[in-house]
Amino acid sequence: MRTPRTLALAVGFVALALVPVVAAALNQPFYLDLVRRIMIFAIAAVSLDLILGFGGMVSFGHAAYLGVGAYAVAIPAFYGVHSGFVQWPLAVGLSALVALVIGTLSLRTSGVYFIMITLAFAQMLYYLGISINAWGADDGMRLARRSQFGGAVDLGNPYVFYYVVFGLLVLLLWLGHRLIHARFGMVIRAARSNEPRLRAVGFATFRYKLAAFVLAGAACGLAGALLTNQTEYLTPSYMHWTRSGDIMVMVILGGMGTLFGPVLGAIVFLLLEDVLAAWTVHWQVVLGPLLVLIVLYARRGLWGLLAGRG
Amino acid sequence: MAEPLLSVRGLRKRFGGLVATDGVDLDVAEGETLAVIGPNGAGKTTLIAQLSGDLAPDAGTIRFAGEDVTALPAPERSGRGFARSFQVTSIFREFSALDNVALAVQAHAGHSFRFWRRAREERALREPARAVLAQVGLAARADVEAGALAHGEQRQLEIAMALATRPRLLLLDEPVAGMGIDESQRMVALLRTLRGRHTIVLVEHDMDVVFALADRISVMVYGRVIATGAPEAIRGNAEVRRAYLGEEVRA
Repeated sequence: MRTPRTLALAVGFVALALVPVVAAALNQPFYLDLVRRIMIFAIAAVSLDLILGFGGMVSFGHAAYLGVGAYAVAIPAFYGVHSGFVQWPLAVGLSALVALVIGTLSLRTSGVYFIMITLAFAQMLYYLGISINAWGADDGMRLARRSQFGGAVDLGNPYVFYYVVFGLLVLLLWLGHRLIHARFGMVIRAARSNEPRLRAVGFATFRYKLAAFVLAGAACGLAGALLTNQTEYLTPSYMHWTRSGDIMVMVILGGMGTLFGPVLGAIVFLLLEDVLAAWTVHWQVVLGPLLVLIVLYARRGLWGLLAGRG
Repeated sequence: MAEPLLSVRGLRKRFGGLVATDGVDLDVAEGETLAVIGPNGAGKTTLIAQLSGDLAPDAGTIRFAGEDVTALPAPERSGRGFARSFQVTSIFREFSALDNVALAVQAHAGHSFRFWRRAREERALREPARAVLAQVGLAARADVEAGALAHGEQRQLEIAMALATRPRLLLLDEPVAGMGIDESQRMVALLRTLRGRHTIVLVEHDMDVVFALADRISVMVYGRVIATGAPEAIRGNAEVRRAYLGEEVRA
């Protein structure tokens, strides 16, 4: 039963790897830009899937880490620190720290309360963002330069930037794949399945869920760092709750708890947006019914339809 | 007399106006099987939940192996040797039977902040899990998704998960609930093999099961233990007859 899945994966990776070649051949650099953006959101969606799909933690504030990662690039840049060796670890570290605080407080709740408290924290950060005038308030601020890696990697080159994002996405998927099948992954998946039982056999579940929450936040922070490099702009709207919703829709569309599904979800979501938004601003009129169909008839999302179970 | 393995004093739990356990005292010796019986709503499941650490008592103490464990949460009690089964079957339905038991082994085999190696390839987890599955008679069902097992098999799986933690104390909440006669007999045969090897607190409605397994019986009514004694003494106790056993002892 692994064949369709392996085939889908192989086709997907090769297609993503070849996008720059095709874009160059067609002289359509726009596609490079679009797919790079898609992959950045794919990183965010995969990170959310770790806690939402595998851990059963319905975090409705995942865009918070996108914002923290973006600010961790833009604020040092604003003060003249352009080194990616500073900005990117800062983005990952700060996001992890913020996730640690939010997780410590919100994981004491569950169900609707957990959804609401994660949403509330993300909105707090959003309002903090729009109220700090020094850092652009709700206008945001332009990123003077993309992150610098001392000549080793030039993100100013769209092809180089593309393969950096591609490489990071593949790396995240690989690490995620290891993690969900390792002891740690078994614990967080079992916590989703039946937490009282997991506690009864001896797992102090809180610390494992919190660790997953922090890892997911850190990975999403990296996506934020990439996103602000992508747009060369910082805006607090990266943290707006609708953005959290978008990421969640990508995960559900692609398939919760499938790891690779959210990549597919990001592709479909952002392609739909790109194609349909040119046609109508109400493009979500199409997305809505699609989402309803997926939720009703394909519990494992588009990935489940494409790759079968597994 | 040596100190009992489990010693409960004055255990009290109130839900609003309802007193679920009202000053329960229990002593269970090492290796002993104590059955707790009583009518519906007597507080038996609330008692188990407090013993397992899933529910914090309002008052009273629970001592285990000479130490006060009253304040310890469920995972830590598991670490001390507590294991439980639930009245309503509680398993990891999407996982295979073997996974279910391997998770219980994993909980007691070092920490699980391990992110790399495939847990399903760890022989130190899988082999003990297979052995326990065989012990409860589920060896042939190891790879079946737990949710797809028959009801009786799921109850056996719960016992396997409890055993996989190498418990000193088994807390069994109605292990034959909802079972047919055959399944029930198989479960009793399994529990018989555990008698003496583990200390057991058994909550059960089925009097045949209780009299087949118990060394001693405690009778709970309205949150209180009204009598404790050997099965024969409980059978003959007039207060117990009146409160609970009624016609069942006619046989």
